[in-house]
Amino acid sequence: MARSTHILKSSYFDSVVLMRVASQLKKQDDISEVAMFMGTEGNHDLLAQVGLTTVKSREAGPQDLIVIVVADSEERAESTTQDALSMLTDRNAGQDNELDYRPRTLDAALGFLPDANLAALSIPGEFAAREASKCIDKGLNVFLFSDNVALADEISLKNKARRKNLLFMGPDCGTAYINGVGLGFANIIKSGRIGCIAASGTGLQAVVCELDRLGEGVSHAIGVGGRDLSSEVGGLMTTYSLELLEQDPATEVIILLSKPPSADVVEALEALCSEFSTPVVSCFQGAELPGNTFIQTATLDEAAATAVCRVNGREHVPVPFNLPDRISDLLEERGNKAAGKRVVGLFTGGTLAKEAQLLLSKELGPVAKSFEEHAGHIVVDLGDDQYTIGRPHPMISPEIRTEKLIELAETGDLADCGVVLVDLVLGKGSHLDPAQELVESIETLRKRRELSAEIVAVVIGTPEDPQDIAAQISVLDAAGITVFRSNSEAARYVAMLAAPACRENYMKEAS
Amino acid sequence: MSIDEANKTCLQRIQESTAVWSDIKTAKDVIPGMTQRTVLHAGPPVAWEHMCGPMRGSITGACIYEGWASTPEEVEQLAISGELEFDSSHHRNAIGPMSGIITPSMEVNVVTNTVHGIETYSTLYMGIGKVLRHGAFDDEVMTKLRWMNKELAPLLKSALGRAGGIDLKSIVAQALQMGDELHNRNKASNALLLTALVQHLISVGEKNEVVKAIDFIDKAGHFILNAVMAGSKGMLDAGSNIENSTIVTALARNGHETGIRVSGLGDRWFTAPAPMIEGVYFPGFGPEDANPDMGDSAITETIGLGSFAMAGAPAVVEYIGGTAKFAMETTLKMYEITVGEHETFKLPPVNFRGTPLGIDIRKVVETGITPVINTGIACKRPGVGQIGAGLTAAPMECFTAALEAFVLRNKS
Amino acid sequence: MKPDQSLLQQPIRVINIGLESFSEDLRKAEIPVIQMDWRPPAGGDLRLVALLDSLAEEA
Repeated sequence: MARSTHILKSSYFDSVVLMRVASQLKKQDDISEVAMFMGTEGNHDLLAQVGLTTVKSREAGPQDLIVIVVADSEERAESTTQDALSMLTDRNAGQDNELDYRPRTLDAALGFLPDANLAALSIPGEFAAREASKCIDKGLNVFLFSDNVALADEISLKNKARRKNLLFMGPDCGTAYINGVGLGFANIIKSGRIGCIAASGTGLQAVVCELDRLGEGVSHAIGVGGRDLSSEVGGLMTTYSLELLEQDPATEVIILLSKPPSADVVEALEALCSEFSTPVVSCFQGAELPGNTFIQTATLDEAAATAVCRVNGREHVPVPFNLPDRISDLLEERGNKAAGKRVVGLFTGGTLAKEAQLLLSKELGPVAKSFEEHAGHIVVDLGDDQYTIGRPHPMISPEIRTEKLIELAETGDLADCGVVLVDLVLGKGSHLDPAQELVESIETLRKRRELSAEIVAVVIGTPEDPQDIAAQISVLDAAGITVFRSNSEAARYVAMLAAPACRENYMKEAS
Repeated sequence: MSIDEANKTCLQRIQESTAVWSDIKTAKDVIPGMTQRTVLHAGPPVAWEHMCGPMRGSITGACIYEGWASTPEEVEQLAISGELEFDSSHHRNAIGPMSGIITPSMEVNVVTNTVHGIETYSTLYMGIGKVLRHGAFDDEVMTKLRWMNKELAPLLKSALGRAGGIDLKSIVAQALQMGDELHNRNKASNALLLTALVQHLISVGEKNEVVKAIDFIDKAGHFILNAVMAGSKGMLDAGSNIENSTIVTALARNGHETGIRVSGLGDRWFTAPAPMIEGVYFPGFGPEDANPDMGDSAITETIGLGSFAMAGAPAVVEYIGGTAKFAMETTLKMYEITVGEHETFKLPPVNFRGTPLGIDIRKVVETGITPVINTGIACKRPGVGQIGAGLTAAPMECFTAALEAFVLRNKS
Repeated sequence: MKPDQSLLQQPIRVINIGLESFSEDLRKAEIPVIQMDWRPPAGGDLRLVALLDSLAEEA
């Protein structure tokens, strides 16, 4: 084992870029660790935590890049370090012939694009609020992708934006669509008549992909951040967005997605929406509200289907499965192999994980949300903060999922596992070939006979997405993975595999 | 006044200023407080024990010229005993490149900011190679110095008188559109100066002396630099001492430290160790021979010339290294740390935008971008002269110290 | 609030502060975008940031 530390002084690289390069290099067999971090205090602590600090690494200041490689030999460590550095600088090399000046200040940026109307921020949370505040001062709407923004900052920023009639999307807003343009980690979808307001994460992605699959499109999809409907924030941006969509001539139906809102906020929303001419379809992660201002739905797919029916002047009748024949064929094939056995869910999308947990716990009893509780069913959101410290989000780098699977196999936790449930969320910004990545590790585990469970996968995406959804699905099919396009259907199917008792109910409803 | 309003006022006063090379006089007759043994130098105040090789060499040459000493050892004695009164030229309305030494008997350019009634002074530029400002003091240098002060200066003085002064600001504005940046590249401005002077020289002088003068100014290459530096200082001084202003009015180096002055912080200097220069070396020289950054010539950057105007002077990269694209990017970067654009100094390659003007200490600290300086590299051994050219930047420490002082300014 | 002035009624013109991939996607969609070269303010020194912010209040 050889370790090398290299410091590149006075540079700055985005942490996502660093992690992408690091994870790519780490794939090689003789490289056991690649750590690339800016020398900030927080990162030094991180390196110490994982036992990678060296005397040399400690010399790095916040504006210096630390590259640590642990490899089988010194030469490999050295050459990998060089690879890392050239991968970082190569990004800029191609632009040498053209002047490609990147402004460092907002003032200079506005000098180049004086009528800019939107600032998209994906910088470290520590500085995001300050930067966003400056953007609002300059009259820019804000798309705030960054997370780890303090609640107090969120409240003051949203108030400031509202006073100037500016939209403030986020914090932690991964996806949005304005006027047919996808921002952030967006799927490529049609433009259309349905407006969405969401937290927004994979829940929004699932809904818009389903709308697209059903032949409808999105007018706008506004991300308001996960805390907007809390009583502290009071639904500031949700109410503003509802007003805007109600007044938007292109929007005929509104979908509102959120975790259950606080009671006082619900009152305000209902008061507002009851005056609307645009119908509002809601999905509050299974929570039911007493009133009938909203057209309430229980799942993301139901919300999408209901909106589509509404916009075409029909009523939607929810069914457990759209293709019940396919399901009964599958059940026949699978039999009771997984009956009474453990369900392990490893999700990259938080909202999808939450929805699966709710549906599964209805039929299976308690479903844990973390790995600590070893026995029993678990559905884990691998995008949660605790798993993403110092690593890229699993939608970008799904390797963490296969790592977890292998870990579980090694500790014997998959011995009694009957079903593994996963999601693959496609779109811009997501990993380019998640199916291949998953299939390789499944096959390895199967060969080592550490995995006999059935694998069920939800694939969220559209045919226009960069990942070629058809190809992704066939790779999964070929590996014997059962593929669903609907998160709730996948969860119901898994419930039926593990708890045959509920089959009658679901299949009866279906027919 | 708010900070932004103060800065606006500061900039306004700088923009409306003029720079007219009006006269040549003897230092002791015009520079305030010139005693029998005053030695003015470039950069913020520095004691003899910290002065670098070239500066000590220049002081030796000046002392020999003045007749105060005849050897470096004697000069050292004068310095250590406290007989010489050292001070920053900046404190006496004066300025100079490299070591920038000015002593009482030297002839100085008188440049006037006619709008604000400010007069500033600099010695006559000696040329390139083995020269006084690089610490050379051999017989050849002394002979040249004598000729410049005793023969060239009076001739120029008469010519200037006849011309009614020469508008340097106008020459600078034209030269910027001819590929000069007025710090390291002065080919056009020097030629324009000569063009402006020549008829007056011919009218007041006798043929041989005029030919010699013209030849000297031409071969010196950057003769106009000292006058432009004095003019720049005169314009920036008009913007000094404006309460609450965060604009930098002086940026100067003495070979040991670099210092800045800020309009709203009066006469205070904020200093840090002088950095080394990144650049290209003349054959036979390398970084091991280099002196740290030195000279008052960064006044040109402070007024939006030099590296700030590099986008209009891409040829300068042949001298300091880099690419034409880099020249453009440097100017663009300097816009990030300034609050305005010069109304007279315009750059065709940037769509005739005015050069970046008004370095704001807040913007420097916020962005981490420090003012880039195009400069020559002096040999650390006195008397060798220039050994290369390149780029350096004013140290961030100057700006953070100034920022801290500024925040505390009302609480004393 | 004038609805026709909201962002939803205008073609978007973006200043991207952070991940370059967002700019690339917008460019592919032919949306005007300027990519900023964002760095932590004052090199990440929070003490200096606090000093700057204290001045911003009086400016």
